[in-house]
Amino acid sequence: MARLTFRTDECKGCGLCIDACPKGILRLSEETINKKGHHPAECVDMEACVGCTSCAMMCPDCIITVER
Amino acid sequence: METVFKRPKSLIDVPFHYCPGCTHGIVHRLVAEAIDELGIEGRTVGIAPVGCSVMAYDYFACDMIEAAHGRAPAVATGVKRSDPDNLIVFTYQGDGDLASIGTAETVHAAARNENITVIFINNAIYGMTGGQMAPTSLPGQVTQTSPYGRDPKACGYPVKICEMLSELQGPEYLERVTVNNVKNVRNAKRAIKKAFQNQIDGKGFSLIEVLSSCPTNWGMTPKDALKWIDDHMIPYYPLGVYKDRSNGIDKFAAKED
Repeated sequence: MARLTFRTDECKGCGLCIDACPKGILRLSEETINKKGHHPAECVDMEACVGCTSCAMMCPDCIITVER
Repeated sequence: METVFKRPKSLIDVPFHYCPGCTHGIVHRLVAEAIDELGIEGRTVGIAPVGCSVMAYDYFACDMIEAAHGRAPAVATGVKRSDPDNLIVFTYQGDGDLASIGTAETVHAAARNENITVIFINNAIYGMTGGQMAPTSLPGQVTQTSPYGRDPKACGYPVKICEMLSELQGPEYLERVTVNNVKNVRNAKRAIKKAFQNQIDGKGFSLIEVLSSCPTNWGMTPKDALKWIDDHMIPYYPLGVYKDRSNGIDKFAAKED
């Protein structure tokens, strides 16, 4: 069981976390737009997250916190 | 639950001004993590360059000085020599800064084995000014000022800083890393931490060259830019340790034998 927290308003929607995720459970939100005007990254299946921190390692803006 | 990954303390909590997908952010974080883990925040002085990372002083929680274009190693030399036992001094420079206008300062700081740490971001292009050809641009690379690709006959060949400095007797540690996937980010962190540890141990000049991406000026998506590093940059700029005198990796010594 792991938990990801995104600081959504600082996300620039580059998508590097999505490619890094070995479980393929991250995506750019289609419904929301943050205050920078990007579709922010989100986790669609938190139950499947193993807390490997790969997404956070690749995030250039350091907006992901991982708890496990 | 325990927090296993969070923003390091030495990175001030403000959003970066970098473009989406720019790996400057990753390298900033790795430097801040190294400072945190070694417990040297209170006695570290960073020297910011000119280039995209000119505003690095807004992001690191340690003391920062802004140097004239390319002169960061010279400023770092002065700061380090003012209090060599206490201060930890690092410079953070791009390829336009370190490999172009500041080549002389870099080479001489390395030749003197100045006890400083240099973080060198090589993204093969001038990022801040809008994507002109840099000394590190690859042969055939299309940029704003080489629209038909860099022609080595007219523009010469790229400067390979690690290879060049490894010919000097002076420097302690030279390594080229990249941050284009998780494995390489972990390796880059080890290298950056070692570069700071060398300075704490008084071993001398350490330079870490980080192959980075510039999605905006390369005209690619962030994902394609990371792949471009694998496909084009790494073959031209091979990764690895170019010099580690304390551990016997020393081209100069090998020649003497």
